[in-house]
Amino acid sequence: MELIVFAVTAVIAIIGAVAMVASKNAVHSALFLLLNFGAIAVLYLLLRAPFLFATQLIIYAGAIIVLFLFVVMLLGAERHEDNRDRLAWQRPVALVMAGLLLAEVAYVVVALPAQAPVTTDEGFGAPEVIAEQLFTTFLLPFQVTAFIILAAIVGVVVLHMQEKRQV
Amino acid sequence: MIEIPPIDWSVVLQLCIIFGGATALLMADLFIPEVRRRVTGYLALAVLAAAAIAGVAPWGCRGHTFSGTIQIDSFSLVLNWIFMLGAAITIVLSFDYLPRHGINRGEYYVMILFAVGGMMLLAQGADLVVLFLGLELLSITLYALAGFAYPRTTSEEAAMKYLLIGAFATGFLVFGIALVYGATGATNLAQIGAVLAEGRIDGENRIYLMAGAAMTVIGLGYKISLVPFHMWTPDVYEGSPTPITAFMSVAGKAAAFAGMTRFLLTALETQREIWVPILAALAAITIVVGNLGALTQQNVKRMLAYSSIGQAGYILLGPLAASERGTEAMLYYLLAYTLTNLAAFGVLIALEARGEAAWNLSDLGGLWQRSPGLAIAMAIAMLSLAGVPPTAGFVAKFAVFTAAWQAGQAVLVFIGVIVSAIAAFYYLRVVAQIFMSEPTREVEISSDRVLAFGIGLSVIAIVLIGVLPARLLNLI
Amino acid sequence: MVPTFYYVLLSALLFCVGVTGVLIRRNALVVLMSVELMLNSANLALVAFAHARQDVTGQLLVFFVIVVAAAEVAVGLALLVTIFRTKQTTNIDDINVLKG
Repeated sequence: MELIVFAVTAVIAIIGAVAMVASKNAVHSALFLLLNFGAIAVLYLLLRAPFLFATQLIIYAGAIIVLFLFVVMLLGAERHEDNRDRLAWQRPVALVMAGLLLAEVAYVVVALPAQAPVTTDEGFGAPEVIAEQLFTTFLLPFQVTAFIILAAIVGVVVLHMQEKRQV
Repeated sequence: MIEIPPIDWSVVLQLCIIFGGATALLMADLFIPEVRRRVTGYLALAVLAAAAIAGVAPWGCRGHTFSGTIQIDSFSLVLNWIFMLGAAITIVLSFDYLPRHGINRGEYYVMILFAVGGMMLLAQGADLVVLFLGLELLSITLYALAGFAYPRTTSEEAAMKYLLIGAFATGFLVFGIALVYGATGATNLAQIGAVLAEGRIDGENRIYLMAGAAMTVIGLGYKISLVPFHMWTPDVYEGSPTPITAFMSVAGKAAAFAGMTRFLLTALETQREIWVPILAALAAITIVVGNLGALTQQNVKRMLAYSSIGQAGYILLGPLAASERGTEAMLYYLLAYTLTNLAAFGVLIALEARGEAAWNLSDLGGLWQRSPGLAIAMAIAMLSLAGVPPTAGFVAKFAVFTAAWQAGQAVLVFIGVIVSAIAAFYYLRVVAQIFMSEPTREVEISSDRVLAFGIGLSVIAIVLIGVLPARLLNLI
Repeated sequence: MVPTFYYVLLSALLFCVGVTGVLIRRNALVVLMSVELMLNSANLALVAFAHARQDVTGQLLVFFVIVVAAAEVAVGLALLVTIFRTKQTTNIDDINVLKG
């Protein structure tokens, strides 16, 4: 059964990826990417990484894709390549795939724990374990991420402020 | 309750000074009025100096902390000094450039400090995670710095190109790290080395390891701009603000070399017979393509970009030798190259008036009559890049060739020597232009004292290193 | 249980799609998205390896990759917006004052 879930999710992920690259409209690309990220999130659940499942949805699907969509719409970049609305065939397909993903999440969450646990170690992938590693073995990289984010913020602000000065 | 393991602060003291200083400077800059913006730059120099001095005490020590994710040894200390030297000269070169181009912002200096922090992580990192994060910190600051000269569209374009290519390279790097982790189950370089030394890698893990190592090297190769991953270099170097081009071409490259050397010589030490031939081939094409590309350039900035590709090929001979001597040669080359390139770009900065770039070869014509000091500086920098004695460039080339020869890379040394002779043509063409032709048009020359001081210091260092190489080689 | 190899195969496939996207698409936004896809496929491989080895390190790496990806996207999109303001395009081929 797990294999079937994997196969279906894998197919959805690949469809999402290929459609993202092939789609002429940047908005559609972003949405297909979202589909792909969702499918990968389901795979994380299968791989016993619930924390990353949540992170994937919150950061990638929730923040990054929204940022992309926002910029695409702000710039009106979606009109630059192709204007034709090809959503007609996409709508049912999208609905089916979204439904499949949801069903899979439900299945993994509800049904898998009932089966024999695949993991030998009960706590594998639990947020507590990740937190402990983050504050012991990977304390230094964790601190460095703070500076990466700070550098990115300063960079973005500087780019924007110079633009304002020009106007 | 999580127990934080004890930390040996002396290992990360330099990093703490840089990061703490950068953050403090970011806030202090708020209170510095724009007319006194240079103060921020001087404070940044003070931070760099403090960090450089902090590197004296641990000299000769080896140690690691933070659960073995970061280490200190003479290799990393020397590299840290090279990074700080490069950053300091870059800051000195920028004092005059920034107000002239209307981009006089204090964040500029802060970003340079952040970049130095990222480089130091690359030099000191003992774990793939730290190397990755260091490289990304460096890259993200460089993307923003490349786009710093907003009014010039070329600057934005350069930043965008750099970002897209850089992110692409990051993808390779991350996938490579993932595969190496999959094959060995470790991200710590020493642990990977230990697992490989046991020789228990077979079947699909062997494939993962090979693919992973290759992709990691590709990811780093983009940052170093090894051929065939170099296509972005001339465009990005031409478009970025000139001091940042100088900084990218020396410090960024040195840092990526540091990471690559660590990865190859610590983690993949036992797989030497596999990666040495591949990298040797890469080094050979890099030397040839970089130098041949430079031959036809009329734009000095682009010529220096191609020349820096070629120089990367020579530097790669160091790690290729996979010996103590090779690593020393690489460090020596990096130092000489840093000083030389900064001096050359410094002269370009002095010739660059607002909104008008004097980057054409003909603009250098008659520089000798107009500004003898700049003319001599540029000539010495070109001779050093060409590898003519008694400059630092000669000693550096000699060192890497010797190391490669001893490692049995005779063919590579042969190619290197022949191409150096060809390359001397385009470097000397610049010198000829400076001394022998007449000025074609008036270019406003900067008369800033600090800028002249920065160029002068680099040039004196180039000659000193060239004359007294033995002292320094012993030191390293 | 699904063999780890399948996951790696899937992630390699997705990675290739991402690389193709970077190479063939001319819209800078879509290129950035393709890069995100590449990073995601690497993350998938990391989680799969972590699961196979029952070692949480791989999952932590994913965490760091996500942070870096977010920072990179932020800077990239900021640059795109400034470029768009001046040039009114997100097409890479129009970004051609500098020639390779």
